[in-house]
Amino acid sequence: MESANREHVLSIRDLSITFKTGAGPVNAIRGVNIDLYKGETLAVVGESGSGKSVTFKAAMGILASNSVVNSGSITYTYHHNDGSPATVDLLKMKTKDIRRHINGKRIAMIFQDPMTSLDPTMPIGKQIMEGMIWHYKTPKKEAWAKAVRLLEEVGIDEPEKRMRQYPHQLSGGMRQRVVIAIALACDPDLLICDEPTTALDVTIQAKILELIKRVQAERGISVIYITHDLGVVAKVADFVNVMYAGKIVETGTIDEIFYDPRHPYTWGLLSAMPDLDTDDARLYTIPGSPPNLLHPVPGDAFAPRNSYALNIDERMEPPMFKVSDTHYAATWLLDERAPKVEMPKELRARIRRMMKEAN
Amino acid sequence: MEERKPLLEVKGLKQYFKGSRQFTVKAVDGVDFVIYPGETYGLVGESGSGKSTIGRSVIRLYKPTAGQILFNGMDISGNLSSQQNQQLRTQMQMIFQDPMACLNPRKKVGEIIAQGLDIHHLYKNQAERQQKVADILRKVGLAPEHADRYPHQFSGGQRQRVGIARALIMDPKLIIADECISALDVSIQAQVVNLMKDLQEETGTAYLFIAHDLSMVKYISDRIGVLHLGHLVETGTTEEIFNNPVHPYTQSLLSAIPQPDPRTERNRVAKSYDYKQAGVDYHVGKRQHLEGTHYVLATDEELAKWTAKS
Repeated sequence: MESANREHVLSIRDLSITFKTGAGPVNAIRGVNIDLYKGETLAVVGESGSGKSVTFKAAMGILASNSVVNSGSITYTYHHNDGSPATVDLLKMKTKDIRRHINGKRIAMIFQDPMTSLDPTMPIGKQIMEGMIWHYKTPKKEAWAKAVRLLEEVGIDEPEKRMRQYPHQLSGGMRQRVVIAIALACDPDLLICDEPTTALDVTIQAKILELIKRVQAERGISVIYITHDLGVVAKVADFVNVMYAGKIVETGTIDEIFYDPRHPYTWGLLSAMPDLDTDDARLYTIPGSPPNLLHPVPGDAFAPRNSYALNIDERMEPPMFKVSDTHYAATWLLDERAPKVEMPKELRARIRRMMKEAN
Repeated sequence: MEERKPLLEVKGLKQYFKGSRQFTVKAVDGVDFVIYPGETYGLVGESGSGKSTIGRSVIRLYKPTAGQILFNGMDISGNLSSQQNQQLRTQMQMIFQDPMACLNPRKKVGEIIAQGLDIHHLYKNQAERQQKVADILRKVGLAPEHADRYPHQFSGGQRQRVGIARALIMDPKLIIADECISALDVSIQAQVVNLMKDLQEETGTAYLFIAHDLSMVKYISDRIGVLHLGHLVETGTTEEIFNNPVHPYTQSLLSAIPQPDPRTERNRVAKSYDYKQAGVDYHVGKRQHLEGTHYVLATDEELAKWTAKS
């Protein structure tokens, strides 16, 4: 790939976060490395509780107050208005500075439930204008005009009329469009979408994803999707990070993850997704549930649920094994001393069929 | 097969909600379907299509505006004697969407599960009660020790198992599962769906499975009904619906299902369907028979147009 001229936007190194709870410290993030380049789309996939949202909340400086960042860095590179580049470590910035210079202005976030992220007591027009006026001191008239343009851009008809409406007067899909308009109001160069379509119907989900894709292409911004839905990932992502129990267990391009997955957890996730063409009577399931991170996890966190687990999995944590330049997976199965293990044959059959269909 | 007696028959069900004097929401507007013993009927549709309302009307949480609901040949849409009511409440159970909201946080799981038994006096002594709770917990993949815990001590998937156990302990003939897997993770969804399938094989309960996720519905259902704006636009066996969708709304729903396949997914554009633009009036359409149990709501001209295309 043209890796030489790819420009870093976000790079997370060695991130470790602990939550202090009544029951004791919960080590939610245990050494995460993520890279995002300009104009690309990254998806972070994992079950609830795997730490995918927490990672990016740390980048936005909106972690819960009982959290402690143990180690790591989140470096974010952006350009000042005059074009000069700047690199900052978001974890070292003061909250006040993040709010003033980063949140909304450079990195915008879209949350899962549009009803809870919109203010029910404020007309949506005012909510769109708020950020522009605060960050750029845009005159009100100009902000109004831009808000109307944004509403048009996200596909809301009669924008002038909608500007004066309240969130409860809009449908779920429409609300999510408004949230996207708000996120785009200050021309950010990184958009973080935290489960943007989970609360929506399939038909509307497709439309929202197509909208985000179109906006991304038009503006050339980078997008991060946090989701547990592999169907969404397949539609939008360039690169995929699979997260489990606070660690990235597999990372690669979209084709590598979907057509040549190496980690047993990825196999499980892919197989558990119902497929319209298979007629199996039973769905494949990953047995058990994710580990409780309240207790230290010895060895590979996935081992207890992994039918391919080796002895060493219980003692030592696997490092990231390299499969190709872009594809890495943390499983001992890739070690040269490991027995040769193939992915489940149902999954193999499905991948073969998908490849055939695509060609 | 043809002589099977339906367990549940819904005939011309209408459920209106009065918003104000001028304005009435027609949540369900004339829906007919049947469920046979031991089978799963999947109801799909977007939010606001009335699928949950149907479930709630069937279990008598709402009083139908018009139409008939027959359970085991008995009309249950009107007022019932207390004896009929009692009988019905043991034979029909519901599993709800949010497993946290539907379990009383101040009761232990054992109490929650046994509540139905307590009300209907379905045990002779405490030992039998405990035995029943322990059996049902084991059946849904939990341990008998879990009976002494509170709902908040469980994960989402486990809580949904408790919800299933609570419904199953009454040994119902029909379980209404209202979006019971939507709040769960993909891998946990698969566990719960498999569990429900296994339990059905074992106990022979029928399910009314309400969901918006068509790919999961496909796995669990024998027959499917597609709802839109309170009308049942298409119904048939799972194969009939998936292999030969006739109604444009069904087609758009099917085309919107995300697939775990990046190459086809990137080029896929979901078929859009707009009720106003499509020029279809659900009120004038009638149930047209296609084949087997496959029905579609259409006028004669529409039917000719839709079937000619494919």
